[in-house]
Amino acid sequence: METDRSASTPERQPLLRVRGLGKSYRRKGAGWARTDVIVAASEVEFEIFAGQTLALVGSSGSGKSTVARCVTRLEKPDVGHVWLQGADIAHLGFSDLRPFRHELQMVFQDPATSMNPRFTAAEIIEEPLIIQRPGDKSAHRVRAKELMQEVGVSPQWANRPAMEFSGGQRQRLAIARALALKPKLLVLDEALSGLDLSTEAQIANLLLDLQASHSLAYLLISHDLALVARLADMIAVMAHGRIVEQGPVAQVMANAGHSETRALVASARVAQANLAALGAAL
Amino acid sequence: MKYAARRALRAVVLLFGVSVLCFLFTEMAPGSFFDEMRLNPQISPETISGLRARYGLDQPLLVRYSRWLTSVVNGDLGFSVAYNSPVAPLLWSRALNTLLLTTTAMLLTWLMGVPLGVWSAAYRGRWLDRVVEAGNSLLISIPEIVIALALLALAVRSRVVPIGGMISIGHEDLSGAGKVNDILRHLLLPTAILVLAGIAIVIRHVRASVVEVLDAPFVRAGRGLGIGRTRLLFRHVLPVAASPAISLFGFSIASLLSGSLLVEIITGWPGLGPLLLDATLARDVYLVIGGIIVSAVFMIAGNFIADLMLLVADPRIGTGGLNEE
Amino acid sequence: METLALVNRLSVAYLLEGDHPVRALNQTSLEIRPGEMVGILGESGSGKSTLAVAFLRLLPANAQYENGSIRFRGRDLLILPEAELRRIRGAEIALIPQDPTLALNPVKQVGCQIAEVLRAHVPIGAKERAARVEELLGELGFDHPRQVSHAYPHQLSGGQRQRVVIAQAMACRPRLVIADEPTSKLDASIQAATLSLMREIGQRHGMAFVVISHDPTVLAGFVDRVAVMYAGCIVEEGPTEEIFRRPLHPYTQALVRLCARYMPNTGTRSRFPAIDGEPPDLTGLDVGCRFASRCPERMQVCTERATEETTHDSSRRVSCFKYGN
Repeated sequence: METDRSASTPERQPLLRVRGLGKSYRRKGAGWARTDVIVAASEVEFEIFAGQTLALVGSSGSGKSTVARCVTRLEKPDVGHVWLQGADIAHLGFSDLRPFRHELQMVFQDPATSMNPRFTAAEIIEEPLIIQRPGDKSAHRVRAKELMQEVGVSPQWANRPAMEFSGGQRQRLAIARALALKPKLLVLDEALSGLDLSTEAQIANLLLDLQASHSLAYLLISHDLALVARLADMIAVMAHGRIVEQGPVAQVMANAGHSETRALVASARVAQANLAALGAAL
Repeated sequence: MKYAARRALRAVVLLFGVSVLCFLFTEMAPGSFFDEMRLNPQISPETISGLRARYGLDQPLLVRYSRWLTSVVNGDLGFSVAYNSPVAPLLWSRALNTLLLTTTAMLLTWLMGVPLGVWSAAYRGRWLDRVVEAGNSLLISIPEIVIALALLALAVRSRVVPIGGMISIGHEDLSGAGKVNDILRHLLLPTAILVLAGIAIVIRHVRASVVEVLDAPFVRAGRGLGIGRTRLLFRHVLPVAASPAISLFGFSIASLLSGSLLVEIITGWPGLGPLLLDATLARDVYLVIGGIIVSAVFMIAGNFIADLMLLVADPRIGTGGLNEE
Repeated sequence: METLALVNRLSVAYLLEGDHPVRALNQTSLEIRPGEMVGILGESGSGKSTLAVAFLRLLPANAQYENGSIRFRGRDLLILPEAELRRIRGAEIALIPQDPTLALNPVKQVGCQIAEVLRAHVPIGAKERAARVEELLGELGFDHPRQVSHAYPHQLSGGQRQRVVIAQAMACRPRLVIADEPTSKLDASIQAATLSLMREIGQRHGMAFVVISHDPTVLAGFVDRVAVMYAGCIVEEGPTEEIFRRPLHPYTQALVRLCARYMPNTGTRSRFPAIDGEPPDLTGLDVGCRFASRCPERMQVCTERATEETTHDSSRRVSCFKYGN
């Protein structure tokens, strides 16, 4: 299933635009060392258009998760701009962010820790609805069940606690929760890491389907290039807090310029080589 | 190292703050030693103000405080108007008595409590654990004063140990060994009360943190590598589980001078507690302040020692390991 | 060639309060020869981790060995007394746990933790142990073994921690090493290197490996034989090349097809070749093949009775009604 990812036309404004994003952390140094300053991200720039998927890739410590957290304002960036549909949310206060939160939602890596295991499936999905529009309980419950249906978890299980679901089902619930407020952009922070291959395949297909039916844009954080090649339109490679290479997926992977990109492509090739050597029946 | 230095600095600042606060509070408390005298029509106001001037109680607050602080740092804790003697020696001898009692009790509590906690955790659910837990529940729910009175009654009935005081009549005439023996026999009752009152918490804390650590993957990995059970328990599990217990230990040290007030009063042990009680009731300003300062020093020193012990027990603290990823 | 280890029709169930028992292993059989590299391919709920841990009899208390045996060098591990088993763990059979960060004691230096394994099994003095530890760390590719041995786990990177855990497992040169998802917590860039290091050391000392993974590509370049597990049963087994080139069981075929996601594509968004349905419910009391509900080639007989194993080409086993029966 192919999707057109031609470059932006001047009339189309990006859904998300990031310029000059930077974030540092202070960390207590060991022994006599003064407090270390760790630059997690610096001068990060990219754009995501409606319905598009941008993948942010890099090895651990490259800063991609920091960028994700700054974009969703789980953390406040030190410098830079984050324009969401034209409005700069980078340095807004907590209550000012409220109206923007429903445009932008996040799905995390580990479904075991990203949701309260004792909450029922319906409660988990309803929560953002209750926060944004308290009081409309039965309507929220109906919507929660609809969302469960949409992500492929039977609505019959709406009253089951989260811990009784499998990892893959919980990740589906996390996606349902993220969709509750009808966002335009989903940030998927390693959302497919650590899943069995078959579960990963199912969730990946779900994400592709949802993207088509809801015109969603995705910011996909991953260290897995092969995954990115099948899900993303644009790719930005990060290393040591900076974006070292950026562009359409096929282009970047074919003509890897930066050493980091080449290293990632090389790791991905190992699996390919192993499979090819065996003559795997793919 | 830097961590230790920072903690030491904090301790000193705390001490300073405590001294200011307790000086202020004692000054703000209504009444003074001379109030009773004032009620006595036979004592003239001039005498009283003369006395006040003599003890320097008519100077402004800041002057009094700075004079007092300088002398404290020089080891002079002032003068007790009630006992008509310097404060320091008064406090010193009583403090030693208290320390004798509380240190013995603390050592016994921890020497028995830690192994019991560890074994209860290792055999959780089995009979050892159940018996210990039942005993704990019982001890925790009985207030210290009830334990004290119960043991006191028991001692009176059975006449096994002497009741009350630290020494018997005729203590002076005993030989060296005899003196020690005499004190030890008197020590038995108040120590027993303190141990019974405090051991349940130690056992519970140790048990809880050991249980938590026993489920950790590295323990199973250790078993998988063939490391013996006992060694695993004491050399691998306990160091990791020690941190909460060490904090508790810090509290124990901190309350070495202050935690035995009730027991001292009930058993007549001549410690710091009863002295300070009397001093407070008599508004003997400098004695009270001196006592509070000494207790505060202990409390702060105790916490500082606990911090150092934590540093040794958990290397992640000094090397910034707990802030990783 | 004689057999090193033989798992014979092993069944293991977890007893949960109130619910039906969860059968994690169902009549599983597997043979391992000396120096061999065997891979176990399975997803969540396949029973692969249970099998790994069952070897060392380290399953939690609510696990029941229903029947079957695990013979290792002629002895049945399931009936050995605990003391005997402790001697085997780490010395003859070693387990490399899944998450190196959790498998190491956070408050002990890594050199010390490797030395602990030696101490448990090899009668040598402390100095010699330290020397061996350095030797081991050198073997595992550390350039400054002495420095590393004094480091704490949090001071090392994820890949380094994994190598420390491997060093622990190989310290006593066991005959059999079981690696549970050895690379799942590592960055893609160092996965291949870690695996080849393991294989190199293993081959040098004639160790047999059982590598457990949910990722077919990890096994593809690494092991000689693959056993595919689903819902507690081994559904297919054979030489690695055969399994990938001509998978027989529909589940294996589906898994191999999933590997297409690793292959280069045109760089456009494309769907993944997924398998329908959810991971198996191990409390199910259904008769018949466990994969039937998700199998694209399901037949009537598949839901009626349990599959039986057939041999194929003398080197392969498969449990499917498509072949024989």
